[in-house]
Amino acid sequence: MSSNTVPRRSAEHFVAPVSETPVAAIDQVKLDDKRSNLWTDAWRDLRHRPLFWVSVAFILLFIVVAIAPGLFTQVPPNSQCVLGNSNGAPTAEHILGYTKQGCDVFSRIVHGAGASLSVGFLVIAMSGITGALLGSIAGFFGGWVDSVLMRLGDIFFSIPYILAAVVIMSVFAAYVNVFVIALAIGAFTWPSTARVMRSEVLRVKNSDFVMAGTALGQSRIALMFKHVLPNAIAPVIVVTTLSLAAAITAEATLSFLGVGLPAGVMSWGNDISDAQTDLRSNPATLIYPSIALTITVLSFVIFGEMLRESLDPKARAQR
Amino acid sequence: MVFYVIRRILQAIPVLIGTTFLIYFLVFAMPGDPVAALFGDKQPNAELLKALREQYHLNEPFIVQYLYYLRDVVTGNFGTSFSGQSVNAVLADTIPVTARLALMAVIIEMIVGVAIGLVAGLRKGKLFDLSSLVVSLLFLSVPIFVIAFIGQFGLGFKLGLFPTTVGADASIPRLLLPAIVLAASLVAVNIRLTRGSVIETLGNDFVRTAFSKGLSRGRVIRVHVLRNSLIPVTTQLGADFGILLVGATVTEGIFNVPGVGQTLYQAIIRGERPTVVSFVTVMVLFYLVVNIVIDLVYAVLDPRIRYVK
Repeated sequence: MSSNTVPRRSAEHFVAPVSETPVAAIDQVKLDDKRSNLWTDAWRDLRHRPLFWVSVAFILLFIVVAIAPGLFTQVPPNSQCVLGNSNGAPTAEHILGYTKQGCDVFSRIVHGAGASLSVGFLVIAMSGITGALLGSIAGFFGGWVDSVLMRLGDIFFSIPYILAAVVIMSVFAAYVNVFVIALAIGAFTWPSTARVMRSEVLRVKNSDFVMAGTALGQSRIALMFKHVLPNAIAPVIVVTTLSLAAAITAEATLSFLGVGLPAGVMSWGNDISDAQTDLRSNPATLIYPSIALTITVLSFVIFGEMLRESLDPKARAQR
Repeated sequence: MVFYVIRRILQAIPVLIGTTFLIYFLVFAMPGDPVAALFGDKQPNAELLKALREQYHLNEPFIVQYLYYLRDVVTGNFGTSFSGQSVNAVLADTIPVTARLALMAVIIEMIVGVAIGLVAGLRKGKLFDLSSLVVSLLFLSVPIFVIAFIGQFGLGFKLGLFPTTVGADASIPRLLLPAIVLAASLVAVNIRLTRGSVIETLGNDFVRTAFSKGLSRGRVIRVHVLRNSLIPVTTQLGADFGILLVGATVTEGIFNVPGVGQTLYQAIIRGERPTVVSFVTVMVLFYLVVNIVIDLVYAVLDPRIRYVK
């Protein structure tokens, strides 16, 4: 489809008479002022959005919790579990009560953050980078390279990724750790990143400034890195943020289904899965890890949505 | 149109071969001897082992085994589950239940999602729009098993509005709670999509024309805005189907609905890998077929798609 035939919506061209045009004002524009670009525009918009700052604060908080859980709780999550405290009510020292095994709920939530976040970040490290790389190669080189890569992507895309991860995890049941689970999720999520990257590269590739670069004799590789990629990366970053949130949910879902991290590893998915048998007598042990999980995912989703709305002029207009 | 149908089906063949190959390769990579696993701790005699290996083509090279598997998939033979029933028989029992549940969920989701999205789009920036944004982001972030537990505990157990589990009798009233949970996991995307699409449609010239020729607001919204906004929402149904398959696995497991998802859920929990693989293969095939059908329906609705090279 050619884009040059699309009429601009409600385009009204007003041309001021020359006498009224403030030529002097144009002359006064300082050329060495900081130039505005997509990112500075987005930043100027994001700065004033409270939801953006709330999501950033929560993301930073959870990262700190994941790196240094010892700062937030002195109670060991696994040892010091007394069966006499099974499903016990909260006390001053154990603010969220006890699990079925008599362990401290709050401490387990704090120590479980690491598993969720590391799976999330590993998945985008794998599938985000693979997807962006393959997508940009497909878009930039086109032709048979494009066809092969995109048909390959179609195959991976046609299997709902949690179902694929269920198969992979039941194959590697004996070797499960954070890396394997990230690989199981990432192996089937890269095509969505690749598709976005490819379509963006295709869009940018046909713009005038790239043509100008070609005309000035720049090499294809230099064009790709200096002009195409920087202008195509914004939507990919948004998709990556949202897929990070999806990866955290996927990890919890797999752990809940019993094919995720082994029972001994602390993760929110495992805690929720363990608590389901006591849902009626002690819903708190299920609800608190669920809240932690939801807030984490929500923070990344809001962060991604805010980025998308600020980076995409069309979305900015829809607000 | 005929050419489009043929091309779309031909396009699906490499994907079908690729996905089945991928699934089969993963199972093939599974460590351990599948025949020895049949006997558990007992030591079978060598003759029997040999005969079984022959029967399941385990002596053949990988690619030949894959071709046997592909033949089975194409001829609709998905093997037997651990309980000795053929997977086809299990599917015949469970598919109607899951189809009923999925259909109920999609209907609930479409009605609620389109209604909220439409109102939010018409009142852009107002309180309703902002609260629908917050609610949809929340539903986008809560994993489906958490929604299921909250529904089961709150609506089922505390308030007693619905039965907490479904059991053998999967009639429509009993499936209502699982269907609502399933719909809740899909509705957020639908709301956002409808809202964006409504706002975009409202900016079109034909809407202005409709207003200026004196049509009532209700008629403009019903006939011009809503109908045109529904196109992207319909396409989204195809992608929803994937979420629906995974969601059905979790929801049916939690609410004990005797459908395809629950059978898969039980097989995962018991570690019955061959059953898991057959069911995932069947689900992926379904997913492929549904997406082809949606593409074809879409081509019927929108002629531009048929002619694009």
